Amino acid sequence: MSELLKIEGLTKAYPGVVANDGVGFSVRPGEVHALLGENGAGKSTLVKMIYGLVKPDAGSMQFAGQPFAPADPRAARAAGVAMVFQHFSLFEALNVAENVALGMETPPPMRQLAARIREISTAYGLPLDPMRLVGDLSAGERQRVEIVRCLLQDPKLLIMDEPTSVLTPQEVEILFHTLRKLSSEGTAILYISHKLEEIRALCDGATILRGGKVVASCDPREKTARELAELMVGAELKVTDRAERRLGDVVLSVRELSLAPMSQFGPSLKGVSFDLRAGEVLGIGGVAGNGQEELLATLSGERPSAAATVMLNGMDISGLGPNGRRAKGLLAAPEERLGHAAVPAMSLTENAILTGTMRKPLTRHGFVDQGAARRFAEETIAAFDVRTPGAHVAARALSGGNLQKFVIGREVLQAPSVLVVNQPTWGVDAAAAAAIRQALLDLAAQGAAVIAISQDLDELMEISDRFAALNEGRLSAPRPMQGLTLEEIGLMLGGAHGMQEAQP
Amino acid sequence: MITLVRRPTPSKLWTYATPLVAVIATMIAGGLLFSLLGKHPVEAIRVIFWEPLFGANASYFRGQLLVKAGPLILIAAGLAVGFRAGIWNIGAEGQYIMGALFAAWLALRIYPAESHWLFPAMIVLGALGGLLWALIPALLRVFFGTSEILVSLMLVYVAENLLAYMAFGPMKNPEGYGFPGSRNLQDYPSAYNHELIAGTGMHWGVVAALVAVIFTYVLMHRHIMGFRIRVAGEAPKAARFAGVMPARLVIFCLGLGGAFAGLAGMFEVAGPSGQITDSFNVGYGFTAIIVAFLGRLHPLGILLAGLLMALTYIGGDMAQLTLGLPSAAIQVFQGMLLFFLLAFDVLTNFRIRIGRAIA
Repeated sequence: MSELLKIEGLTKAYPGVVANDGVGFSVRPGEVHALLGENGAGKSTLVKMIYGLVKPDAGSMQFAGQPFAPADPRAARAAGVAMVFQHFSLFEALNVAENVALGMETPPPMRQLAARIREISTAYGLPLDPMRLVGDLSAGERQRVEIVRCLLQDPKLLIMDEPTSVLTPQEVEILFHTLRKLSSEGTAILYISHKLEEIRALCDGATILRGGKVVASCDPREKTARELAELMVGAELKVTDRAERRLGDVVLSVRELSLAPMSQFGPSLKGVSFDLRAGEVLGIGGVAGNGQEELLATLSGERPSAAATVMLNGMDISGLGPNGRRAKGLLAAPEERLGHAAVPAMSLTENAILTGTMRKPLTRHGFVDQGAARRFAEETIAAFDVRTPGAHVAARALSGGNLQKFVIGREVLQAPSVLVVNQPTWGVDAAAAAAIRQALLDLAAQGAAVIAISQDLDELMEISDRFAALNEGRLSAPRPMQGLTLEEIGLMLGGAHGMQEAQP
Repeated sequence: MITLVRRPTPSKLWTYATPLVAVIATMIAGGLLFSLLGKHPVEAIRVIFWEPLFGANASYFRGQLLVKAGPLILIAAGLAVGFRAGIWNIGAEGQYIMGALFAAWLALRIYPAESHWLFPAMIVLGALGGLLWALIPALLRVFFGTSEILVSLMLVYVAENLLAYMAFGPMKNPEGYGFPGSRNLQDYPSAYNHELIAGTGMHWGVVAALVAVIFTYVLMHRHIMGFRIRVAGEAPKAARFAGVMPARLVIFCLGLGGAFAGLAGMFEVAGPSGQITDSFNVGYGFTAIIVAFLGRLHPLGILLAGLLMALTYIGGDMAQLTLGLPSAAIQVFQGMLLFFLLAFDVLTNFRIRIGRAIA
C-alpha cells in the first residue's frame, strides 16, 4: 500500500460557482502534504468532502486502499480522518477535559480522560493541564486542545486548516516539532495554508489549487516562495511600491490607555502608550484576541476612555464619539466587514453615508443628499477598482476582497490625518490585498499617519515603519521595523506565551 | 425536495408583491375557513371587502373607514420607526389610553368654559401623555437594561386599570345619574373633535394620521436620523461605528411612538368615542402592530395597510351581523393576514429551488 488517501476527479458545484473541478491528488502515509491556494480556490470545500461535511457531485476517494465516501464527519473519524478547524469550537466556561469529552462518542470517566490528555499532550510536546478553564487559555493553547482532541482518536490522516494564523513564531516552531513527530510515526498530515515559507519548511509535497482546479503539484522545498505564490495567483506578483517618506510632527499620542474587557473572557487594555507621527505607518502585531478589537474601538471612539488618554494634534479627544473624531480627522476601518464596517443589507451608497457624512458634504441641514452620496460611493468604486454592478448593490453581495476595498477606500478618500485599520487584508485575495496595502502606503506618503493592526507579520513587515506588539492587552514599545528579525518579533509578541515544549 | 437559496440582494419585486399575495392568500384560506363554517365563501369575502365600500349602506360605512383607519395609521406610523431600529414598543395601547386621559382631564377641568385654545392644548397634552407613558420603558431600558417589550406591554394593563378607575371615579360625570363614564365631549363645542366634511368620517385625527405618514416618510427616507435608525436595526455594531448613541435612539423611538399613540387616543376621546369609559380602548394599539408590519414598516405601506385593516374590521362586523359569522372567525381571518405576510416575506430574501438536492 503506497497511498493512504487517493482522490480522483472530485467535483463539487454550488449555485453559480464550481468550487472543485476534477480535483485529484494523493497522500502517502507519513507525508506532510500542503494544500495551497488563495481564498476561494476551493481548499475548504475539498477538505470538507474528505471530512464528510460535504458530498461530492462526482469523483472518487480511496482511503487506505478502500473506497471512501463518508456520509458524515462521524464516518470520516471512524475511518481515521481527524481535522483541526481554523475556528475553534470550544466552550470557554468548561475546562479542557470537559471540552474534549464533549467531542467524544463514549467518553471515559473524567479522571481517566484527564490522565490520557496529560499523557498524549506531553508525548507530543504540547503539554496541557486538563483541569484549566478554556476561557483562560491563549489561542495557541486552545489549538493544542483541538489537536489533542484529534490525537486521542489515533488518526491516520490529520487535516489542519490554517493552523498558524493564531500562533507566534515560537509557537509555530513547537507545532512543527509536533507535526514532524507525528509524521515520523506514520500519520499523514494535510496542511492547508497560504503561508509559503511555512510550507517550504514543513511539507514534503504540495498540491496547488486555483479556481477549483489543481494547477500544479510539486515538492515545495524545490521551489522559491515567489514561484509558489505565482503558481497560486496565476500571475506575476506586483511588489508594493514604498516611496520615501519623511516623518512629520506627532499627530496622535496615546497615554496610559486602559479599558475594561468588553466580554467575559475578552482581553482588557492595560496602559497602552505610543506616539504616531505624520507620514508614518505603525504596525501593531499580535495573536488574535489580545486586545486588537478593543484598541480599535477606543481609537475610533466607539468605546470612550478616561480623559487625556487619546490626544489628536494636542487636543484631548478621549471623550469624543466616532463622529466627533471623524470631524477632527481620525478615521477607522474595523476588522469585521459585514455588520461592523458595513451594513450587509444596505446598498453601497448607503454604506458610503455610514461614515462619510462628517467629512463629505453628503447631508444638507440633516437631510441626505442622495446624489452626493451615490457620487461618493461611485468615486470609491472607481478609485479602488471595486468589482460590482453598481452603487445600488447590497454590501453582502460583494466578495470579501471587493467589500474590503470599498471599506478602506471609503475612509482613504475622506483624506484622514490618522487612519486606524484592523486586519485590512484578512480573507482577501492576493491582488486585492496588494492594492489595499499600496493604498495605505500612498496615504502615508501624502502625510497621513496610519495604524495597521494585523496578525499577518509579512504584511506588517512590508508596510510598517515601526512595529509594536499587542500581548494580553499590553502594547510593547514601538521599534523601527527595519532590522527587526522574525525571532525578535516573536519575542515581542509574547514568545511562546510562556508555553513550554516538553522534552520527551 | 424544496430548498431556500439566499438572494444576494433582496428582491425588489417581492418587497412590493408580498402584501398583495398575502391578501389574496388570506382571501383563499379565509374563504375555506368560512365554507367549513357552513357559509358561502365568496359571499363572505364579498361582504367583508365589497359591502362596506360599494354595498347598499356604503355611504355610512365609507365614513367609518376613515374613523377606524385614522388611529391605526397614526399609531402604526410611530411604531414602525422604532421597529425599524429593533426597538419593540408593544404597549401602544397603554400610551393611547394615557393620551386620552391627559386630554380628557384638561377638557373636564376647563368645562364648561369655551376657548379656541382648548383643542390645541388637548392635542399637546394627548401627545405628552403617550410620550411620558412610553418613556417609562425607555428609561428603564437605558438605565437598567430591562426589556422594553415586557415593560411596555405590562404598562398597558396598568393604563387599563387607571382608565377604569378614572371612568368610575374622578372623571365620572356628576350629572350622569350614576352611570360610569365621563361627560361626553361631543356636547362640549370647544373640545369636540368634529367631522370636518360631513359624511366622510374625516376628523382632525385623520389629518394627523396623514401628517404622521408624511413626517415619518421624510424622517426615515430623507433625513440622516432615519438612516441611523435603519442602520441600528440592521447592524447594531455598525450603528455604533457610525456614531449612533443607542440610549438616545431608544428614548427617541419609544418617545415618538408614544406621542403618536397618545395623539390617537386624544382624537378618539374628543371625537368618535366622546367620553372616558372603562371600555374606551378597543385594541387599536395592538392592531397597529399588524398594520405596521403589513405596511412593510414603510409609511406609505402603512397608509394602505391601515385602510385595509379598517375595511376588514367594518366588513367583519357586517359579516357577523348579516351572515352570522362568529367574531372569532373574523379575528382568525385578520390574524391570517399577518401570518401570510410573514410567510411570503421569506421570498424577499430567499429564492425557492425545487428539485436537485444540495448537501
